[in-house]
Order: sequence, then structure tokens, then C-alpha cells
Amino acid sequence: MRKFGYFLLYVCLGAVAVFQIFPVLWLFLFSLKTNQEIFAGNPFALPLDPKWENYVKVFEGGIDTYFWNSIWITVVATVLTVLIASMATFAITRMKWKFSSLVLGIIMVGLMIPIHSALIPLYNMFLNVNLIDNPLSIVITYVTYNLPITVMILYGFYTTIPREIEEAAIIDGSSVHRLFFRIILPISAPIMSTTVIINMIYNWNEFVFVNTFISSDKYKTLTVGIQNFIGQYMTDWGAIGATLVISVLPIIVAFFFFSNKIMEGITASAVKG
Amino acid sequence: MGLNCMNKVMSNKWIITLYILPALLLITILIVIPLILSGYFGLMKWDGIGAMEFIGLDNYIVALQDSKFWQSALHSFLLAIFSALSLIGYLAVALILASKLKGTNFLRKIYLIPMLLSSVAIAQLWIKVYNPSNGMLNSILRMIGFENPPAWLADPNIVLYAIFIPIIWQYAGFYILIYYAALKNIPESLIEAARIDGATPLQIALKIKVPLIMNVFKVTIVLSIVGSLKYFDLIYVMTGGGPNGASEVMASYMYKLAFSSYNFGYGSAIGFLLLIITLIVTVIIRKLTATDEEIQY
Repeated sequence: MRKFGYFLLYVCLGAVAVFQIFPVLWLFLFSLKTNQEIFAGNPFALPLDPKWENYVKVFEGGIDTYFWNSIWITVVATVLTVLIASMATFAITRMKWKFSSLVLGIIMVGLMIPIHSALIPLYNMFLNVNLIDNPLSIVITYVTYNLPITVMILYGFYTTIPREIEEAAIIDGSSVHRLFFRIILPISAPIMSTTVIINMIYNWNEFVFVNTFISSDKYKTLTVGIQNFIGQYMTDWGAIGATLVISVLPIIVAFFFFSNKIMEGITASAVKG
Repeated sequence: MGLNCMNKVMSNKWIITLYILPALLLITILIVIPLILSGYFGLMKWDGIGAMEFIGLDNYIVALQDSKFWQSALHSFLLAIFSALSLIGYLAVALILASKLKGTNFLRKIYLIPMLLSSVAIAQLWIKVYNPSNGMLNSILRMIGFENPPAWLADPNIVLYAIFIPIIWQYAGFYILIYYAALKNIPESLIEAARIDGATPLQIALKIKVPLIMNVFKVTIVLSIVGSLKYFDLIYVMTGGGPNGASEVMASYMYKLAFSSYNFGYGSAIGFLLLIITLIVTVIIRKLTATDEEIQY
């Protein structure tokens, strides 16, 4: 009886796993098939003769531009966000000044608001300073809109750093900058890596800012670029599948290597602590 | 002398300014000011390029009588209610996962994969899943004997429910992970004590574990409802709000008004209403779910 109960529980968990993984498996399979194979019926038949040409076709179509844009924008925005957020969190939690909790409150406003409410004024601002269709607008928007969550995750750690570490450094004659860059940043490396991963996922997957601020193909990132591709390959399922696989593969590979860190980051980004 | 010197160094105004200014400037200029401007632009008749014309509260009055706006708000709230209800299912899965079964670490990872994909990729993938003639879903339905499976995204009566499935697919792993982490934080001694007293696993789950993670559950209620009111990417890519507005939500309606119809004044007003509605709903849910302890998120 007890064994049967466990069996039932596994069946439940297994059913959820099947639901979660099958669409992704199906995607990998049809990215290697021809339309005839896909339309023949059985969605989970293995491709008889894997059509790697689908991938070649997509790269020849120029997806690499979007791919590199996604990479450099993700990396630059992530580095800036984590640095600026670390500096701000340091000032808020470790320095002594009157308005620190007010400033923390202002930063945290960004956690609650729907970005769409700010979208038209943002677009208008960038238009006025000639940053529409310029990747700089994307980078600074990514940095700004990821600051609140990054500060929130860092904040928990910064408040636990013992005062003695600072006292020792300052009494030894260290400057605040030296304290921050040589002592605080290194000891916060584990939590920083969590924020780096969260930022990378957000930036890699972001859609609406690029879709709104960028119109030239040469600056588009993968999320918006694959829309063009898919429009152009309307009926070629294999090429569409290959496009989607290329856009999701880096994240899935990263997850394979850093899954524990990613799970920690996702938990931290949702519930404080 | 040492501590004095320490306090002096750590309250140096120049250094504080230097460290806080980049973050504060960015957030003020790119988040706070645009939110305020959104309300202000809502008072204008404006196509986004030409001059603005002040028309007072006209846009807001029009919005309140705009059946398309109310329809999109209704859809947003329906999605919010579905999302909140589905939390119970995620909690059930997390309870099973956390009950000392083997292989759960692997399963949690599998569950989380969809959460890592971009909403655009998810939308494109599910367009294919739902494809009436060759999609995965209808292929399976035909294999098990359904002759005429529906055209999921083209049917105004089903489309909103059809969109909700990939939303569950995307977020299930996220909520399961949060509940699982909270459940694993429950001290083993409490559960052991109940077990010795003769409580069944089901009783332990419902009477001990669930009440102990109630605070986390309440946080996720706020997250899921407020998150649902902001849904955009997935719906915009999957259906564009169609067919004929049947899957339009507040954010997609606002986006279309501004960036397809160039009705920036009215779009701003809708965007500002979206902000107000989100804030009001946040406050109401926090009040409803408030306990003695302070909820943090």
C-alpha cells in the first residue's frame, strides 16, 4: 500500500515533468526535420536523417548579427548593473547618512511598477536626445530597470557584513574606495555571481524595449530578430525550429552548468532572504 | 580615536554622493520621471511627433467609456485569477517534491527549464504547438482519435484559455521552486514530532507544512496577480491580442494605441491607468493577506 502511494506520487511528478519538457524536446526534434516529416503525423518520431542544413540556412540568413548583439548588450548591461548596484547598496547599508532609507525606497519603486506605464515617456525622451535606434538606449534601460532587483538581492548580504571588517580597514588607513573595491566586492562575490546570472537571463530574454527603441536590423537582439526570421520562413518549420533552438540554447547550456546558482538566484529574486 | 575616525570617513558626503549618484540618477530619470510624465502626457492630444494639445481629463474620461479598454482589463484580471488559482496546484507539486522522494533535484531542474526561455521563444514555440493542422497538440489529439480538434488561437472563445497554458508552463517551475525552498526550511524536528504523534503524511502536509509556509504563499499571490496584470510579451507575440480583441490585455492595448495607431496621448493615459490599477491591486492584496508579521518582497 505504502509502495503504491509512492508510485502514485512519482506518476504525478512525472506527468508534470513530461508537460514541462515535451514542448522543448519537440522543438529540438522538428528543428532537424523537413516539412514532410513534421507534417507526416507522429510528433515524437526521431528525424530519419537529421537536417543540420536547417541550422546552416539560419546562420546564412544572418542570425549571427542578432546573436552577437544579444551577447554584447547582455554582458555590458550586466557588468554595469552589478557594479552600480553594488556601489549603491554599499552607500545605503554601510555609509552613514540621513536619507539612506528614502533612497532605498525610491530604488525599490522599480520593483512594483509595470514597465509599460513608463514606455511612452521613455520613447519620447530617447527620441529627443537622438538615442532611438541606438543600442545605448537599450543598455542604459536594461541597467536601470534591473537595478532594483539587483540592489534587493545584494542588500540582504550587505547588511550581514560585520562592522569589524570595515573598522579594521579604515583604522589601518584604507580609503573608502580601497575598502569597497578590495574588501567588500571580493567578499560579496558569491551573491554578486547570483545577481550576474539573474541579470543575464533577464537581459538575454528582454523583448519590449528592443522592439520599441530599435528599428535597424543591425542593432536588434535575438528576441526581436527571431521575429523577423520567423516571418520570413513562414512555412519552413525546420528553419523556424532551428532559429528558436539557437535563441534558447545558450540559456539552456548555462543552466546545465550553473543550475544551482540559477535556482538560488531565482529564489532570491522572488522572496527576500 | 579609532571609531571617531571611522564614523567620519564613513559619513563623508562626497563619497556617499559618488557611490549613490549613478543608481539614483538612472532610476530618477528613466523610471520615476517617466511614470509621472505618463500621467501628464495622458492629458494631451498627441501623435508622438507633432505638438501636444492640452485636453484636460478627456483621455481618461474616454478610457472609462472605452469598451475595448474594459475588455482588455477584464482579460488581464481573468489571467490574474487563473494565475492565483494555479498556485494551489504548484503548491501541491512542491509538497510532493519535498516529501523525501528520490530524484527530486533532477525533477526541479526539468520543471524550471521553460522559465529560462524568453517569452518570445515560448510564444513562437506554442504557436507551433497550437498549429491547427501540424502542431504537436492537434497531432496528439488526432492520434488518440479526435477527428476535429479546435483551431486554438483562432477561436475567440478559447484563445484566452489557450494562452493561459503556456503561462502555466512558463511559471510552474518558478513557483514550485519557491515553495520547495520554503518547505525545505521547515525544521525537521517539527515534522518528526508530528509523525511520532501519529499524524499521516497528508495531515503533516496540510496541517503543519502549509501553515508554516503561508507567508511565502501570500507573497506569491501578490507576485502572480500583479505579474499577470503586466503580461505582454507572450500575448503580443502569440496572438497580437486577437482574434478581434479576444485576447487583448491592458499592456498590449496600450502598446498598440501608441506604437501602431500613434495615439500617444491616449496610450499614455491607458499606461497611467495601468500603473494606478496595479498599485491599487497591490495594496488591496497586501491588506487582504496581511498578518501580524510584516510581509516582505
